[in-house]
Amino acid sequence: MVTYLDNNATTRTDPEVLAAMLPYLSELYGNPSSMHSFGGQVGAVIETAREQVATLLGAEPTEIIFNSCGSEGNNTAIHAALAAQPEKRHIVTTAVEHAAILAVCKHLEKRGYTVTYLSVDERGELDLMELEATMTGGTALVTTMYANNETGVIFPVEQIGEIAKAYGATFHVDAVQAVGKVPINLATSTIDLLTLSGHKLHAPKGIGVLYVRKGFRFRPFLLGGHQERGRRAGTHNVPAIVALGKAAELAQTHLAHTKREAELRDLLEYGILATIPDTVVNGGGAPRLPNTTNIGFKYIEGEAILFMLNREGICASSGSACTSGSLDPSHVLTAMGLPYTILHGSIRFSLSRYTTEAEIRQVLTVMPEIVERLRALSPFNNDQAEWLQERDVALAT
Amino acid sequence: MWDYSEKVLELFYNPINQGAIADSAEPDVAVVYGEVGSIACGDALRLHLKIQPSTDSILDARFQTFGCTSAIASSSALTEIIKGRTLDQALHITNQDIADFLGGLPEAKMHCSVMGQEALEAAIYKYRGIEIEHHEDDEGTLVCACYGITETKIRRAIAENDLSTVEQVTNYVKAGGGCGSCLANIEDLILDAQQSAETVRAAALAVAKEQSTQPPIRPSTHPPAHSPTPLTNLEKIMRIQQVIEEEVRPVLIADGGDVSLHDVQGDRVLVKLYGACGSCASSTETLKYAIEAKLQRLVLPTLTVEAI
Ligand code: FES
Repeated sequence: MVTYLDNNATTRTDPEVLAAMLPYLSELYGNPSSMHSFGGQVGAVIETAREQVATLLGAEPTEIIFNSCGSEGNNTAIHAALAAQPEKRHIVTTAVEHAAILAVCKHLEKRGYTVTYLSVDERGELDLMELEATMTGGTALVTTMYANNETGVIFPVEQIGEIAKAYGATFHVDAVQAVGKVPINLATSTIDLLTLSGHKLHAPKGIGVLYVRKGFRFRPFLLGGHQERGRRAGTHNVPAIVALGKAAELAQTHLAHTKREAELRDLLEYGILATIPDTVVNGGGAPRLPNTTNIGFKYIEGEAILFMLNREGICASSGSACTSGSLDPSHVLTAMGLPYTILHGSIRFSLSRYTTEAEIRQVLTVMPEIVERLRALSPFNNDQAEWLQERDVALAT
Repeated sequence: MWDYSEKVLELFYNPINQGAIADSAEPDVAVVYGEVGSIACGDALRLHLKIQPSTDSILDARFQTFGCTSAIASSSALTEIIKGRTLDQALHITNQDIADFLGGLPEAKMHCSVMGQEALEAAIYKYRGIEIEHHEDDEGTLVCACYGITETKIRRAIAENDLSTVEQVTNYVKAGGGCGSCLANIEDLILDAQQSAETVRAAALAVAKEQSTQPPIRPSTHPPAHSPTPLTNLEKIMRIQQVIEEEVRPVLIADGGDVSLHDVQGDRVLVKLYGACGSCASSTETLKYAIEAKLQRLVLPTLTVEAI
């Protein structure tokens, strides 16, 4: 049996979701864009799904555009925001965004846009004064995540939105990690554009949504057919859309029970901090998602921890460079200014509604020995803390 | 998740020779350790050696590693490979030998094997009294500021592992894995190495045809020099001569050239190049670099080679 604690990477497709989508992978294969009734019957289920997603977000169905994933949503949102106010050339984002935001911003910088990357403190939190100071009448877009994928730290989106609005900027929120985990009500929000991804809330991969506030001057990114009222061309991925609708409906019910997830997360966190010395919760001081914890194990390296966990059938994730194929440690933890002793040895555990107490206890049972074994192999330890810090500083400058 | 060989996983889950070696009061035993990497870089290795000075050989080797699965497995493999070898034999071990012992490493993890080779050199240099600060890799123009990697180190990785892409260089020595602003320079170094290799090959082919009257090659009769302390002048010259005979000449002769040692003045090694090797300015440069790298690695990191 696998203990799956990597739900911020992707989630298990809920059996009810799977059951809902299956007919559309087999006998109900019509294309909703077709004129005949065989396709037409499929069109109706898309609208049901649209309503289900809208309900979860406190939005109107016409504000929901189905697309393929979070990356598409983020790319589209940025381009749409810039197209809406072409005379403005300034973008504000944060240093800890997902690559689907950062890569686009880097690309736009080469095209003459100015991008401000807001910093975060050691708790992973933004300084709203810094945001305020960077805003001008030329700011076209403020784009921030709702909650961070690595630490679970939640940004004060409504306050950010108010500042963005005061300067006439579009406000986009990448809510891929937040939807289904925290209540979101777009009806009373300052958010103009919001991204979500189906596979983070127990729908399959390959389906996402871009929410576009009614009245927003939206310019489509993907041109072609008339799907999604001309706002996103491309044949509807009917089974996945149906699945996302069902997943949204289930998420709505689940929101009432996320307290249990938070309790299990806390059990894991306290258990590790209590039994293993030299451990810290990254972003632990900030408001966080109920399902996420990011724990730094000093003096050892993340990939090695993951492989040891993997042998025990436990799946987690690491912000360590060695897991990613890149050589740099997590840009999120780096932006938080964490010391190197923690940076390379941080592990993210992300829970879901399927996580059981027995699974958490299993992690608590094996983790101390894993850490002890790796620390026994490591040339670094607490005795050298001072030396390490000196070296950290020397190497960082 | 990386696709590791069974050997990598075996040595990661059950590492052999982990830990430190305590200083020893035993007669004819010296204990030393060499260190590379840092916690900032994400991997570090401290390699401990127990050496028998009378035979100049490694009695025991142990490691302490901060790093990923393949870094730990590479370290463990290295200790297995070098136990029982003489220091000179150990200096011949390349990162590829470590990777081979492990049944291969994912290319993105080759820098773990390079770290093993470097720690070994660091330990042996330290034992031989060669200042670590003078290690060749710390000298030369800095190419990658993110990881502090010099041109010398990149050139060596390219030459020893026959690297042909920037990505490979990043995988082997990490250069280019950070901000990426050094990528163009790395590409230039690869091109340079490829052009030089091509020039030498072409010159060798052309001259080899006319060069059938080379004097016969005398095999080296010099025994390897061993020293627990900094090399004496005589030891240094003997060792240089030995490396040229055993490591350098066979390669050059195969390519239609040859080299002889002319003189050693301090750390300046003066050599004469013959045949294909002496025929053009570019190939002379290449050979100088090739010979210099070998001598720096196998004799003394401070040596420089000049062709006369
Ligand atoms: S300078 Fe080489 S990666 Fe930054």
